[in-house]
Amino acid sequence: MIKEISAETLRKDFPIFERTIRGKKLVYLDNAATSQKPIQVISKIEEFYKMHNANIHRSVHLLSYEATVEYEEAHKKVARFINANSWQEIIFVRNATEGINLIAYSLGLNRLKEGDEIIIAISEHHSNLVPWQFVARKTGAKLKYIDINDDYTLSIDNYKKLLTERTKIVSVGHASNITGIINPVKEIVSLAKEVGAITIVDGAQGLPHLKVDVQDIGCDFYVGTGHKMCGPTGIGFVYGKKEILEEMEPFLYGGDMIDTVTTEGSTWNELPWKFEAGTANIAGGIGLGAAVDYLSSIGMENVEKIEREITAYALERLSSIKGIKLFTPNKVEGRLGVFSFVVDGVHPHDVAYILDREGVAIRSGHHCAQPLLNRIGADSGTARISTYIYNTKEDIDIAVEAIEKVKSVFKV
Amino acid sequence: MDDIYLEHILDHFKSPRNYGILEDANYVYEGGNPTCGDMVKFFVKVSDGKIEDIRFIGKGCAISQASASILTELVKGKDLEFVKNMTKEQLLDELGIELSPTRLKCALLSIETLKIALFGELS
Ligand SMILES: Cc1ncc(COP(=O)(O)O)c(C=O)c1O
Repeated sequence: MIKEISAETLRKDFPIFERTIRGKKLVYLDNAATSQKPIQVISKIEEFYKMHNANIHRSVHLLSYEATVEYEEAHKKVARFINANSWQEIIFVRNATEGINLIAYSLGLNRLKEGDEIIIAISEHHSNLVPWQFVARKTGAKLKYIDINDDYTLSIDNYKKLLTERTKIVSVGHASNITGIINPVKEIVSLAKEVGAITIVDGAQGLPHLKVDVQDIGCDFYVGTGHKMCGPTGIGFVYGKKEILEEMEPFLYGGDMIDTVTTEGSTWNELPWKFEAGTANIAGGIGLGAAVDYLSSIGMENVEKIEREITAYALERLSSIKGIKLFTPNKVEGRLGVFSFVVDGVHPHDVAYILDREGVAIRSGHHCAQPLLNRIGADSGTARISTYIYNTKEDIDIAVEAIEKVKSVFKV
Repeated sequence: MDDIYLEHILDHFKSPRNYGILEDANYVYEGGNPTCGDMVKFFVKVSDGKIEDIRFIGKGCAISQASASILTELVKGKDLEFVKNMTKEQLLDELGIELSPTRLKCALLSIETLKIALFGELS
């Protein structure tokens, strides 16, 4: 039977929508912060703890064998999902932040020296910004920021001017968690390659929504975070090209990441375990595998299609509200369903508070991207609506009505 | 809890009393909630142990700013001792709204900042 895939049908996979918020329908529009979890992922984690729980790589008993196979299989699922060359190129970490720190410490600190340059964009999330400030401070390298155009897209002209033979690392977000803009990562990577720089893509906001092929993008590293893509919290991954990972120093040292240990020294385990020190988040990894299975069963082309529809509707409805300013391009292509806005005369927290009273969950504040907010003139923060595969037009209608309520409460 | 945006709160938010900078203040302190970005800065002129004048500037949500405005009206002309002994509950009573734990820190930013301005610590 071919069933039509739509937000309405997908929604039924997410048990949280069975609950209400103070008697009102839950309208969850804070997906850029974290997504909800489908029953397929929840059950998989529960099944692991009920049936297979054991430590991995350590014991000969059956449970340990089963846990090890499942955990390795999860790496393979992620590898297939992003079209990595080998599953050994997938390192599980806690989240995108830890993934970027892994690269910053293991590669950045060891390879960079005074006079070298790192390029990121002004639109980065703090997790792809603060680690590079640290690397720059420690090594004497210089950190440069790609500016944005008036339509919030990255300025490729500006990027080209920043690129020199001194550029050693280029690290950019796949998509912005403020404006929703999808960056032309393939072009950014290919320009960086011309000067021989290492390229990193922070996929925290890209991967949940877009079909990603790391070999097509051509990047050296791609970082993902499970909780924004239907997976559990506490699990993410770093994809890295094998040749580069093999040359890199480990990030954390201890158990599981070694081959042999003597009092004189140690040698490192093979990939990816060299970078997974200590007992892993086994259930989390398996849960991430289930999330990837879930998204694959929908098909990322379908995910993109469903999201484009709700993005178009949200854009139309939100831009027709009087007295709000949207910090987002007025187009449907090249962007995600992320809408940062301010209501004139009302602080973003008050907006989020009143929406919460209507059952509508949104984020307010600086969204961990202060340089971008200053750049676009939203120093006091914004309110942010962000959609995912289960959001319906009714969700948007309720949110828009709630924004009208904000205006009437504040008489603006 | 549904009605925290009462008339007087919105009035203080939109037309804050004692708003601005006090050039001859002898106590100045800026406090903030880094997570939500609320900020208030008090300028206090104290003479003979009395708050002779007080102003504030700030930005943030309606609760944090209305609270600062209401607080300036409360303490202006009072002895330092009055501020020292003032409790959070007294300020909340004056605001006259019931707040959830997450919004409480918006309301209390003003009194905490003013106490640090005058006494260097929370009392
Ligand atoms: C663009 C971007 N990068 C990185 C992150 C960090 O993700 P995490 O908190 O899972 O490490 C986020 C999420 O908040 C994000 O939006």
